[in-house]
Amino acid sequence: MSSHSESAAHGHLMFHEHVVPVSTYLAVFITLLIATGLTTWIAFQDLGQWNLVVALAIAVCKASLVVLFFMHVKYNKGLSRIVLIAAVFWLGIMITFTLADELTRHWQINPQPWVGTIVPVVRHLLF
Amino acid sequence: MSDAAITHGDNPTGFAHQFEELDQQHDAGRLGMWLFLATEILFFGGLFTGYTVYRSLHPQAFLLGSHILEVKYGAINTAVLICSSFTMAMAIRSAQTGKRKGAIIGWLIPTMLLGATFLFLKFRFEWYHDYLEHTMPGFGFYYRPEWGAHAPQVQMFMCFYFFMTGLHALHMIVGIGILLVLTWMTSRGRFTSQYFAPLEISGLYWHFVDIIWIFLFPLLYLIRF
Repeated sequence: MSSHSESAAHGHLMFHEHVVPVSTYLAVFITLLIATGLTTWIAFQDLGQWNLVVALAIAVCKASLVVLFFMHVKYNKGLSRIVLIAAVFWLGIMITFTLADELTRHWQINPQPWVGTIVPVVRHLLF
Repeated sequence: MSDAAITHGDNPTGFAHQFEELDQQHDAGRLGMWLFLATEILFFGGLFTGYTVYRSLHPQAFLLGSHILEVKYGAINTAVLICSSFTMAMAIRSAQTGKRKGAIIGWLIPTMLLGATFLFLKFRFEWYHDYLEHTMPGFGFYYRPEWGAHAPQVQMFMCFYFFMTGLHALHMIVGIGILLVLTWMTSRGRFTSQYFAPLEISGLYWHFVDIIWIFLFPLLYLIRF
């Protein structure tokens, strides 16, 4: 039995790659376009501090759609997912720790000893 | 190894000798690209972190700076890149489902053209306009009176704009180069429904560049209040 004819006959069994339906790609594509229009429209509505939050939330949703469907992460389990999660986690560390420094620099240079503030409270509670 | 696995006896196109199965080779290639993209996330992440710090320090200057940019070009370019991601996904699907090479090239060429459209709009109508309007740092950046004391930080915003969109544009140029090579490989009949790993991992890169823009668009163009 020729292995060539076998692989030709069972081509779909030979290679375990998920074929995403065209309808799924089209749905993701149209959702991404609508989300782009939505984020542009919302940017011109005054939501105060929420403008940035909404814009980033829509961007994260769009990026997730691209990652899950176009980049096949929904269908490919395993190491590539771990690498992606690790990368986003490291990015989170970089931004969080940098802001933890930057946003706390205006705090008091010589803060009061915390014991001094806690003792009266404890005394009030106890006595 | 299951009966269904492709082995070297089958000698399919593009099967490297160090792998036991084509599946294994495909997984290894894909993992390699994801590792590269992890480094890319942190590479761009440095700029995003810097942006976050300066925006938190100078929100008013970022608001003024964002108004220099034209939302319509940012929005059109976002749509252009999303279209190119769709055509890229369809190119890979064509290879995967064993379509003839003309069909694969028929999706790769629009992907390249959309990428080129993005760059044309960005360079011709945005960067060149910024150059003429003296809003390009390093090329006679002009402090507009209406910016008042915020002017130096507005210039800082434009620095972030040019470095972030510049690094992104550089990735687009590399991506178009990769697509040219893929088109050539496809025309030489290098890909089959069994072997199309170069198409798929290049697609990962292309979609990644799209994702970077998905974040750059609201962060740079959409500061309205």
